[in-house]
Amino acid sequence: MSDEMKKKPYVVPIGPIHPALKEPVQFLFEMEGEVVKKADFAPGQTHRGIEWMGMRRNPVQIVHLTDRICGICGVTHSLSFARAVEQIVDIEVPARADYIRVIIAELERIQSHLLWAGVAAHELGFDTLFYLAWRVREDSLDVIENITGNRINYGLVQIGGVRRDITPEQHPVIHKCLDGYRSLLGKMINLFLHDTTISIRCKDTGVLSFEKALHLCTVGPTARASGVVKDVRVDYPYAAYGDLDISPILPSAFGGEINGDVYDRIIVRLLEIEQSIGIIETCLKEMPEGGILWEPKLPKLLAACKKAHGEAVGRHEAPRGECLHYVAMDGNEAPAMWKIKASSYSNLHSWIPILEGEQLADVPIIVASIDPCLSCTDRVAVVRGNSSDLLTKEDLHRLSVEKTRRIQGC
Amino acid sequence: MNETLLTPQELVDRFVGTFGDAITDPRIVTRAEGAKKNPNTNIWMTIDRGILKPVINLLKELYYPHLSVISGWDTGEELRLQYIFSIYYGKPHGEIMVTFTVPLKKTDLTVPTISDQIPGAVFTEREKQEMYGITVEGIPDGRRLFLPEDFPEGVYPLRKDETGIPDSMIKHLWETKRPTDRPAPPVTEKEDTEEKPKEVKSDE
Repeated sequence: MSDEMKKKPYVVPIGPIHPALKEPVQFLFEMEGEVVKKADFAPGQTHRGIEWMGMRRNPVQIVHLTDRICGICGVTHSLSFARAVEQIVDIEVPARADYIRVIIAELERIQSHLLWAGVAAHELGFDTLFYLAWRVREDSLDVIENITGNRINYGLVQIGGVRRDITPEQHPVIHKCLDGYRSLLGKMINLFLHDTTISIRCKDTGVLSFEKALHLCTVGPTARASGVVKDVRVDYPYAAYGDLDISPILPSAFGGEINGDVYDRIIVRLLEIEQSIGIIETCLKEMPEGGILWEPKLPKLLAACKKAHGEAVGRHEAPRGECLHYVAMDGNEAPAMWKIKASSYSNLHSWIPILEGEQLADVPIIVASIDPCLSCTDRVAVVRGNSSDLLTKEDLHRLSVEKTRRIQGC
Repeated sequence: MNETLLTPQELVDRFVGTFGDAITDPRIVTRAEGAKKNPNTNIWMTIDRGILKPVINLLKELYYPHLSVISGWDTGEELRLQYIFSIYYGKPHGEIMVTFTVPLKKTDLTVPTISDQIPGAVFTEREKQEMYGITVEGIPDGRRLFLPEDFPEGVYPLRKDETGIPDSMIKHLWETKRPTDRPAPPVTEKEDTEEKPKEVKSDE
């Protein structure tokens, strides 16, 4: 091999299957030895043109379409979209419906953060922790099913309210689940945050500085883990969040300084589960009586929407951060414009600064640490010099597990 | 970053005072939800393309703005871009959404990049280029974002004129019908049993 060849960095394309969450995004890494010199990525491997579809449907049809934008955030998009339309049509949502919206949104946050905790544990090679997180996640899904009738596509939010009420008989079911989580959380925090190996692998790994987090407009736990105080629920009162006394969770809540590393992102998400439990309990207690829909008759609702002119922005703090829907209506059945800004849309750029300079074996956990949400994937192609071979997702995962084992000395 | 917080009206006055006629139709929209009806604030302003960068500089002087997204709206005669920002985040109940609408003539669809002012804007500017066919001047990375590499040039999915998605590109799934070379689905038998009672009815 000539000297020139030796110096040349080799390029590792990963994807279009995501190495961590089985999501369709393609990565391209320029490697120098085991170190990532330059990172780039290409999303859009499964762009479905949902906005285009929505602009040919009426708002009530779109609400059910929004349920299906994300497989994890079942209420995030429908809530944001409904809030945008409600502002244009000037619909006042009954207060009870606002509380039910918050309860389901927080249950969703719990299940989403637990799902993420499981993935993170799996990427690090702690499969017992992964099994624990995913088993207890089922409890929140059961409660969501109890309230909405569905585990994933809830179909709960309607323009002007919610479609299902929470009856007094359901309160004990919800409380039982929350009590279970409360007693379990100490164990989860202990297992994640006091484990030496997890600390070694996650501290100072994938660091996103405060400035980068601010300038790249990151949102949600990714931003908060870097010290950017930003939480739509607190900053911008909407639904019943304006009635609650909550403050954004920062990693410093666990003692220690804010480093913006993978470890801090774990702290923020775990402590947010605790916060969500509190929010649901408060909402159940303070939920006002009354109706749950502005207008139960759909033809009347649609007629009101059809007359409306204007534009509005609906926002919601999804488990991954700010979700925003821009809707413009011009007196037609279908909206004139509909733009969805999902939370990961704002967080994806932060991959580039946090991946550069890191080791290939750390790629899975760093990529997973911002909790990206794109959709489903499976293989990794590795090109080294002139030869190329195919790394499967399992191979990359094995690299990560081997690193953990090396640290543990077994 | 200036830490004195302006009220929504002061903000609008500051912008209109600085840029004068280049800002039209400033609106303050509040929305109150929940039982306590705590309001949130949204400011909308329509601005000339020429003052886009100075406007963002002024916004940065007040507070480092969070750029949520740049949205677009093809109204037919013009293309409007909405730069959706928020400032004063981190202040409980104090965040203010500030949206600048930039109308562009269809004959001249160019805007300057704002990614030198807010690095996180590259992503959404790339998306606007491919979805609306605008040109962002000075964009550091002009590649496509979501559209596949083999997507035809000159077709912009979110435009509503002749450059939008042509009918030939739309898959009308309902027209494809069920394939004939596959085993019949198990529901067929059920349909038979349902038809029988109907026949009895017609006999009656």
